[in-house]
Amino acid sequence: MEFKTFVFYFLSAILVLAGLRVITARNPVHAALYLVLAFFTASGVWMLLQAEFLAIALVLVYVGAVMVLFLFVVMMLDINLDRLREGFWSYLPLGSIIALLMVVEMGLVLGGNYLGLFESSVAQAAAEDSNVQAVGRLLFTDYVYPFELASVILLVGIVAAVALTQRDKRKNKAVSPSQQVFVKARDRVRVLQMPAEKSE
Amino acid sequence: MMVDALQGLLQGLFGAAFPLVWAVLKIVLIIAPLLLAVAYLTFWERKVIGWMQVRIGPNRVGPWGLIQPIADGLKLLFKEVVIPTGSDRSVFLLAPMFAFAPALAAWAVIPFNDTLVLANVNASLLYIMSISSIGVYGIILSGWASNSKYAFLGGMRSAAQMISYEVAMGLALVVVLMVSNSLNLGDIVGAQGRGHFADKGLGFLSWNWLPLLPMFVVYLVSIVAETNRAPFDLAEGESEIVGFHVEYSGMAFAVFFLAEYANMILVSTLASILFLGGWLSPVGFLPDGILWLFLKISAVLFVFLWIRATFPRYRYDQIMRLGWKVFIPLCLVWLVVVGVWMMSPLNIWK
Repeated sequence: MEFKTFVFYFLSAILVLAGLRVITARNPVHAALYLVLAFFTASGVWMLLQAEFLAIALVLVYVGAVMVLFLFVVMMLDINLDRLREGFWSYLPLGSIIALLMVVEMGLVLGGNYLGLFESSVAQAAAEDSNVQAVGRLLFTDYVYPFELASVILLVGIVAAVALTQRDKRKNKAVSPSQQVFVKARDRVRVLQMPAEKSE
Repeated sequence: MMVDALQGLLQGLFGAAFPLVWAVLKIVLIIAPLLLAVAYLTFWERKVIGWMQVRIGPNRVGPWGLIQPIADGLKLLFKEVVIPTGSDRSVFLLAPMFAFAPALAAWAVIPFNDTLVLANVNASLLYIMSISSIGVYGIILSGWASNSKYAFLGGMRSAAQMISYEVAMGLALVVVLMVSNSLNLGDIVGAQGRGHFADKGLGFLSWNWLPLLPMFVVYLVSIVAETNRAPFDLAEGESEIVGFHVEYSGMAFAVFFLAEYANMILVSTLASILFLGGWLSPVGFLPDGILWLFLKISAVLFVFLWIRATFPRYRYDQIMRLGWKVFIPLCLVWLVVVGVWMMSPLNIWK
């Protein structure tokens, strides 16, 4: 077996196991950690495909930022582990429909080799350019408007999040640092001169 | 050459497994001196701060106290690792490793000179950013797994601080990669060796620190905040506020500190490579070499220690204000300024 094949199967085995543990782990924090492991191994698999930009971006964005916030939320919630399994049977029909849909979708993608889906006209990346350059060039030439649109939508999302959480006037007593730095000692402290007391 | 002879010998010994053995050997050659440097950085810190406070610093163990870090390490090794009741045992023990491992993994792409680099990948700067963003897990997980309110709040606090300064740091790096036109650390150093002043033999004026001075300052302050060092060391402010590692003891606690010092060396190396010209010599009549890189790393590390001995600790809201309301807008403005500069006829990075 070639070394690359070995690495692929090694990473895939970890990926599948981690994915399974995400849905079977009882503790939500453990589930989130298995998801982190799954992302990390997936980025390893992408690295094998020489998609180094996507692989690094996956770690940077999903592992480094998204999952951290995810963990923040999961840790802050007061989750009762026993009540988490309640209502399993009532959710089962909806869940199985979604699962079936996903199986069909994955079947279509994975069967693409046989159904001739991949004989498309999408250009393969030039070999001498690095991944990052190729992606960057496409983003700023062919896809510049969708790219700008996506960034504006993200900006709106940021503003909306801030607006939603900061609706009331803030009631804390924090002093503005710009005023704080102008404080002089003589505004606050008064030095008294007192004659020394004499003992009798 | 000796290296070739060794390579031949190993090739004969291991046959097909030779590339693996050779890679492991190179990794050991990077990690072992690094761990030694981490140990002696703690010693150097105590000495320097001692001198700055008109003390002598550690001077009892071995000549001039030189064996002190080893004694400290042994002491911590023999201490019991107390695991709190109700804590999540596996995550509790995993957290220090999460903090330490990224500081070592990032060294894979650090170049020491033109040819001396473990993995010369094109996206090395991106790799370092993504690997160092994993370090925050050690903090969050240790806070959560300790099963203690104080550790949990401390973990949240430190994690929020690291994420905030990562943004400013990332933006500063974006400016650097714009002017170097590359994500490869070796090419970034190479780009600093060209320019008006470098041709006149005054190379140190061509390095990125001068044309990108605001970004250099932002980067320097951000790396201090990113490594949770004074004056941003809320995690260690035991007198007023406690950090994520209150429940840790023995070696598990020591690993957090090893991670802090290893991270310090890593970010100092990055600062030297990105802004201070890496292994390039500051003046034309001296040769370039790895020695310059080590000298620059030591200088940046000294600044870390100097800052710690000088400044009082920041308050948490002041830290967040500095990161979000001062550094990030400054970086965004400077990003546009450099972009316009590069498009104008005054462009110096051709």
